[in-house]
Amino acid sequence: MSDQTHVPAGHDLAPGEEEQHSVGARILGYVVGLALALLLTATSFFIAGTDLVWQPSIPVALIVLAIAQMGVHLVFFLHITTGPDNTNNVLALAFGLLVVFLVVGGTVWIMAHLNQNMPPMDQIMPMRK
Amino acid sequence: MSMTATVGRAHADPHHIGLVVEHPGPASKRIVTAYGFWVFLLSDIVMFSCFFAAYAVLSGQTADGPKGSEIFEQRNVAIETVCLLLSSFTCGMASIAADVRNRFWFYLGMAVTCVLGLIFLAIEFREFADLVARGYGPSRSAFLTSFFSLVGCHGLHVSAGVLWLLTMMAQVFAKGFRADVLRRMMCFALFWHALDIIWVGVFSVVYLLGGGA
Repeated sequence: MSDQTHVPAGHDLAPGEEEQHSVGARILGYVVGLALALLLTATSFFIAGTDLVWQPSIPVALIVLAIAQMGVHLVFFLHITTGPDNTNNVLALAFGLLVVFLVVGGTVWIMAHLNQNMPPMDQIMPMRK
Repeated sequence: MSMTATVGRAHADPHHIGLVVEHPGPASKRIVTAYGFWVFLLSDIVMFSCFFAAYAVLSGQTADGPKGSEIFEQRNVAIETVCLLLSSFTCGMASIAADVRNRFWFYLGMAVTCVLGLIFLAIEFREFADLVARGYGPSRSAFLTSFFSLVGCHGLHVSAGVLWLLTMMAQVFAKGFRADVLRRMMCFALFWHALDIIWVGVFSVVYLLGGGA
């Protein structure tokens, strides 16, 4: 260590911790997050029950809205940001997401192929006639 | 991390690359605790992803039992969702109050969070009891098994969260806003917000996607 005066440069932030803000600014952050989350939730419920849009697009729209809302929660409630003091938290999150996508995507992919390649007997028999 | 260019400080720059990495020492206990809990939460989310994967594969295997669209009530799910969203907000208010050492707003925020969590649990329990009473219990079909395990696992997490919440209120009451109590409060807030994120996945995938198909 150097014997110079110690400069407290760029300390890390704990997950869920915000940079120094006033109480008003922190409350405002939660209010904005709540408003966005409620808006996205309402859109999800509206889309799921409506006849206004092309029906096959609904599942994709629901998944996109869910991912957007998770992002809103991460940023406004859990304060996971892209700042340099948050690098460790983001890296852990990225690895978690990698595992989640491997598990869910891999399972759905493999099981869909199994269903296609190994249909039940009553569906195979008519094909052999 | 701070990288500072050095001139004439060879002892801190043995390979003369012009950069010196200052090591400010171990992170504070607050950061270490919260980071460890964050890693636990991510592993919890990985566990939930297994239940989600099971539900996605099994949602069509109804064994001539009821389909999702026949048993899900969108109105109840909407109320549950609003309860959890508002409780996430009040939990945030309680953690701000804890940071500024304001007992009244802390107790108020935590109490509202607790009530909203209990309303959520009551609605979910009534839904489960109603399904079982109609003969659509978890053993009826693979679809219902995966439904009960996924939603029930989230419900168990919320129940544990409510117990933890009451413990935090008692600890602040008995010990005040000590550093260790504040660390636990921070972990609790992370836990509660993470549960809300998982619920976003549950209502989108299970109730809206599964109810529409």
